[in-house]
Amino acid sequence: MKRKYIAAPYIIWMSAFIVLPLLFVAYYAFTDKAGGFTLENITAILDSLHIKATLLSLELSLACTALCLLVSFPLALVLRRLNMNNKGIIILIMVLPMWMNSILRILALQMILSKNGILNMILSWFGIAPLSIINTPGAIVFGMVYDFLPYMILPIYNAVMDIDDDLIDAAKDLGASYPSVVWHVILPLSKPGIISGITMVFIPCLTSFVIPDILGGGKIQLLGNVIEQEFITSMNWHLGSGLSFALMIFVVIGLAFSQKQEKKDRESLVW
Amino acid sequence: MKNFICKFYLTIIMIFLYAPILVLVVLSFNSSKSRVVWGGFTLDWYHDIFRTSVVSSALQNTIVLALGSAFVATIIALLACIGIDAMRRREYAVVMAVTNIPMLNADIVTGIAMMLLLIRFMPLGFSSIMLAHITFNIPYVILSILPRFNQLDVSIYEAARDLGAGPVYSFFKVVLPELTPGIISGFFMAVTMSMDDFVITYFTKGPGVNTLSTMIYSQIRKGIQPTMYALSTIIFLITVLVLIVANILSAPPKKHGIRNTPVNHI
Repeated sequence: MKRKYIAAPYIIWMSAFIVLPLLFVAYYAFTDKAGGFTLENITAILDSLHIKATLLSLELSLACTALCLLVSFPLALVLRRLNMNNKGIIILIMVLPMWMNSILRILALQMILSKNGILNMILSWFGIAPLSIINTPGAIVFGMVYDFLPYMILPIYNAVMDIDDDLIDAAKDLGASYPSVVWHVILPLSKPGIISGITMVFIPCLTSFVIPDILGGGKIQLLGNVIEQEFITSMNWHLGSGLSFALMIFVVIGLAFSQKQEKKDRESLVW
Repeated sequence: MKNFICKFYLTIIMIFLYAPILVLVVLSFNSSKSRVVWGGFTLDWYHDIFRTSVVSSALQNTIVLALGSAFVATIIALLACIGIDAMRRREYAVVMAVTNIPMLNADIVTGIAMMLLLIRFMPLGFSSIMLAHITFNIPYVILSILPRFNQLDVSIYEAARDLGAGPVYSFFKVVLPELTPGIISGFFMAVTMSMDDFVITYFTKGPGVNTLSTMIYSQIRKGIQPTMYALSTIIFLITVLVLIVANILSAPPKKHGIRNTPVNHI
């Protein structure tokens, strides 16, 4: 028996539960309630009704991804500098918060950010005027960064820690300053980690509906909220599937990126 | 000075990640049901966990789902890795592309897609959630085990075969021990993902079946039962203890450099 046939149970499983369900989404996306072919469900994403949510989702997701990157890359440098090379502990610290229920954590953020919340209480001790962040797009971005930061930190940290000390020493010997080492040596070498971090953060941001629900006060509609309502409240599965299908464009882009990465290095690992 | 700035930055990130958790732990001891008023210290909510049957059934569902789906996913993923490792370039690329889909795809799309499929063949309920959880767990376990295959020294396996061991015996005696760290961390990753999931469960669950996540979500509008804070605190603390002990037990000897430390340990 050939060894590759041992993967058969998985091949069957993924055909039935990964590929087939997506075909179902495609079927609903391209048909109307009567069962006829239509493109309306897909193009609905450009309706004046939905385009606002789509653009706002893109804007907030870009902001969140950029912030996560801005926080994570320096953090990886810091961890390397402090010689924190026990990967187990670092990964543990990043993954642990996931063991506190995610919805409860977002609710806790709401308490921290709210008008009479903990953040404003602390600010008032220093005589700083209270901020009104809650129920704004800013609060949503804050919540997204909070929730998805570990997905950005871990791949970048892995990439930065794997860089050979000799390369950095060589650059220093040749007279490079620390910023120049970071820019010309560390940054290019951690690119695979950065790319997988971006794909791991951007898509969940784009489609999250619980965070905008709680931190946006239910007034700010993102793409995820629209899709959720089509399925749960309006029961319009065709429209909901069409919007989901349109969303998958971004997933395909992400998939193409990670495929390219995998070709370069068969051993590459997201976590 | 530079080290001080580094440590300061690290501390800020830690506060950011753990402050909400601290808030929830404090709330679990708050005798006032309000989220803003401190009414004094109490352990009542911890007693309540075992008194309300609704809570305990949601808790039971969550645990059975997490352990069950992680277990099945680990077995399927291990078999998958053995096969995938022997595949040629093209097959490998196709299988890995499909494997990446649930990880890259939006949770909401995965959830909806599963729901559209499952609702045709079975009533939505506990088993539909279980199928969905196994499905989104498999890729995490595969990505945890597969790199171990690339690090395997084939000659050890060949030596075992040369010395007369059968393929199955050699696998269990020689290959499996090398894979174990990847299998364990994959299993833990799967349990974590399953416990933390809300979106996919929300779309694939039937009426009357709840996990802790969906139960908490349903309580948002009318106010969260403080029991939930207590329960989450207990789950969190148990996990911290288990993982710290596991990490101490599996800590690598000091002499190894970065390269030899197990990447996959959680």
